[in-house]
Amino acid sequence: MAEPMKIRATLQGDVADVRILIQHPMETGQRKDAKGDIVPMHFIQSVVVTHNGNIVLDVQWSQAISRNPFLGLRVKGAKAGDKISVTWTDNKGDKRTDEVAVAAPS
Amino acid sequence: MNQLRRTFLKLSGAALALGAGLLKTTGEALAAPWNKAAFESKAVADAMKNLGAANLIDSKDIIITAPDIAENGAVVPIAVTSKIPNTQSISIIAEKNPFPLTSTHDVAHGGEGYVSVRLKMGQTSNVRAVVKADGKYYTAVKEVKITIGGCG
Repeated sequence: MAEPMKIRATLQGDVADVRILIQHPMETGQRKDAKGDIVPMHFIQSVVVTHNGNIVLDVQWSQAISRNPFLGLRVKGAKAGDKISVTWTDNKGDKRTDEVAVAAPS
Repeated sequence: MNQLRRTFLKLSGAALALGAGLLKTTGEALAAPWNKAAFESKAVADAMKNLGAANLIDSKDIIITAPDIAENGAVVPIAVTSKIPNTQSISIIAEKNPFPLTSTHDVAHGGEGYVSVRLKMGQTSNVRAVVKADGKYYTAVKEVKITIGGCG
């Protein structure tokens, strides 16, 4: 099963700055292994970010996104304690969901 | 004996067909929301067409934050900020990648016109942001020089 994501959501005024780090190989299908065989494509196709249950960002990715992808976004009208939930799905059907609460500015 | 063999073949054939059918439908059901045609386009123009982006308007309200020179093409940090009101989606295109369209981000419910991702880039190329707002498409370009390619 996939590794947990690292998600950080920090409030700046009424905007939550959300940073997501996903552990994923993101194989392009162009790389060859030591034996010269092509490593099959394996990449995240979709990431959905919700804020208190409402979708704020619906992402579609290709294999051109770097390994262990980073995604940064900003959510308007957020308050400390609001729930930010992130779900990704890859081309093999694997998926993972993680949730954090928006932190007050430090 | 012969009859038995025939029924067996018939049945296994039917089972195979059924299996293939099932596989196909589930595959499609998964891929449906993912814009396969656009992501698998090898030319920028085709990717744009499959994205539905036409009549692009150059805009100074789109800011692409990217390094002028990226040493490692495997990790190129790109951030796109759109100040256009009612931004609905932000797509990022690396024009000289084998498959130029890298990502689309649909914004809704208070999400701001800002995304930040890290791309793989094969070679020095223009990075183009396409922003959809109120049904119109706006665009901006920034060149990123790559020292070591990150594809393959």
